[in-house]
Parts: sequence; structure tokens; C-alpha cells
Amino acid sequence: MTIKTKKGRIAIDSKLCKGCYLCVSVCPDKLIAISGELNEKGYYPAEFTETNTGEDRKCTGCAMCAVICPDIAIEVYRG
Amino acid sequence: MEKVVFKKPKYMKEVPFHYCPGCGHSIIHRLVAEAIEELAIGEKTIGVPPAGCAVLAYDYFDVDMGEAPHGRGAAVATGIKRTLPDRIVFSYQGDGDIAAIGTAETIHAANRGENITVIFVNNNCYGMTGGQMAPTTLLDQNSTTTPGGRDKNRDGSPIDLSEMLAITRGAVYIERTAVNSVKNIRKTKKAITKAFKVQMAGLGFSLVEILSPCPTNWKMSPIDACRRIDEDVAQTFPLKVIKDETS
Repeated sequence: MTIKTKKGRIAIDSKLCKGCYLCVSVCPDKLIAISGELNEKGYYPAEFTETNTGEDRKCTGCAMCAVICPDIAIEVYRG
Repeated sequence: MEKVVFKKPKYMKEVPFHYCPGCGHSIIHRLVAEAIEELAIGEKTIGVPPAGCAVLAYDYFDVDMGEAPHGRGAAVATGIKRTLPDRIVFSYQGDGDIAAIGTAETIHAANRGENITVIFVNNNCYGMTGGQMAPTTLLDQNSTTTPGGRDKNRDGSPIDLSEMLAITRGAVYIERTAVNSVKNIRKTKKAITKAFKVQMAGLGFSLVEILSPCPTNWKMSPIDACRRIDEDVAQTFPLKVIKDETS
């Protein structure tokens, strides 16, 4: 029997992000981190780190980050 | 097959918000737009923005919008609704707008049972002008006009506007929610949707008071500001359904 796991992905628009980091605080798998590069507005935007953590943590597409994002900078995909 | 589970709602324009990092206004804008989209009332909705931080709300909503003088949202919404009774009319007001300069208009609109929806954003200060004391500022809260904290004897106590409106005979649905956590944001969306449904059913005055973080004027990080709502603000302004005469 295989356990079906939900797989998701988010896309953060770094131009819209104002670096409030509310998404970082709500991600249950701690997959969002703060970027080291400034964006156009002069903030350090949040970035999605699933691909570079090297660990077995996967985004489930729960959309909690997008729900709390004040700037609608996050789109969530599931599939 | 990958599908989009969260994106910008249909009735929000592709314009970046001018609000500060971590501001609750843009979350509430989105929730209103999502409710409008889900109820399929976008083509007949008219919004009335306030004076205050949200004065530019007409730049963000892709529905018909007016603009009210400071505090007169409920009066302007009343006029629009009475002229065009088949439209869904909402007024979007901050605490300085609705609970100070616009108290009279708001109380009488509620008492007359005007069939409008009011979104009341409570951030405990005058945000746009730099964080002065508002009627809703908590006791002992620092603001630029109450350095050292709001003093009960000198400045009075915070006003419970939603409770005041609940005793008017025309108010049908009044709820207080917050946008400081994912759970509370989801509850807020339900409350906004219900308030619009009250208006669509022609029942009367509906209002949702939303406790919103103002990290800039509270002088704290967005995460601390969200925590403050749970620890302080919701103690003075408890989150609950204040009046519900729909059932």
C-alpha cells in the first residue's frame, strides 16, 4: 500500500514582497526563508526553499502562507 | 495535473498595495474581494472607501467605487443604496473614521436599519497621520498623542462601537474578528461573506469589525503586532458574534 502524499508548490513574487515574514512564521514545514538579495522596493523578500534545503521536507500546498500574505505575493499550486 | 489553489481574486486589480509591510488592510481588501467573487456579485457591487490609510482602496478593487468624506461612509452608502436598491453596497472604514468623526452617521444608519454592509477596520490608532490616539486606542497604549500610555482619567476609555451599534434596533448582524492568524483570517472571510448575504437577503444593517495589525505605528515587527492582537487587543475587544438576528 502506498501512502498518497499531497504535493504542492508556491511561487513568491519577489517584486511584491515587502519582507514582513508572516509567511515564514506560518509555514508548517519551514520551507520559506529570507532572501539575501534586496528587491526593487528595498526589502529582503521571502523565498521558497524546497529545492535547496536538500532535506526531505515537501510543500503540501496548504496555502497558509498565501492566506496570511498581506501583499498577495504568493500563488499556490497543488497537484 | 497541477492546479492553482490560491491566486489573486478576480475583483482585485493588478496594482501593488501601498500599505506598510505586515498591514492588515490589504488582507482585508483581499477577503472582501474573495467574498464578492464567491457570491458572484462583482458586477453589482459598489464600495465606499474612507479617509485614512485605505483611502486609495478604489485603486485596488475592480468593482465600482465611490469615495466618502471623512467618517461619512455609512451616509454615502445609504444614499447609493437608496438610489440603486438592487446593488450591493459596502462601506470600508477605519476606526478613526467610523468611531470618531463618523460616529453619528454610523449610529443612525444602523438604527434606521439601512441595508448596507460596513467593514470596520480597527487598528487602535490613526494610522495614516502617524499613530495618534484614536477612540479605540487601548488603555496604557503609547501613541504620539498619549506618550506614556492612554490614561483613563485624562483620555477616557476605548470605545466599544460594535457593542453600541448592536443595541440599535436596525442592526441585524455584527461580528468582531481579527486578521492576525490564518485561522482568524478564515473566520473573518466567513463573517464578511455572511454580512454580504444579510444585505443580499434585504435583512438590514450588517457590520464586521476586524482587529488589524498596524506594525508601523505600534512600533513593532509584523509578527509581534499579530501577537499583540491576541494578547492585548482581543482582551479589550473580544472576538465574538455581537449580534445575529438572521436566524
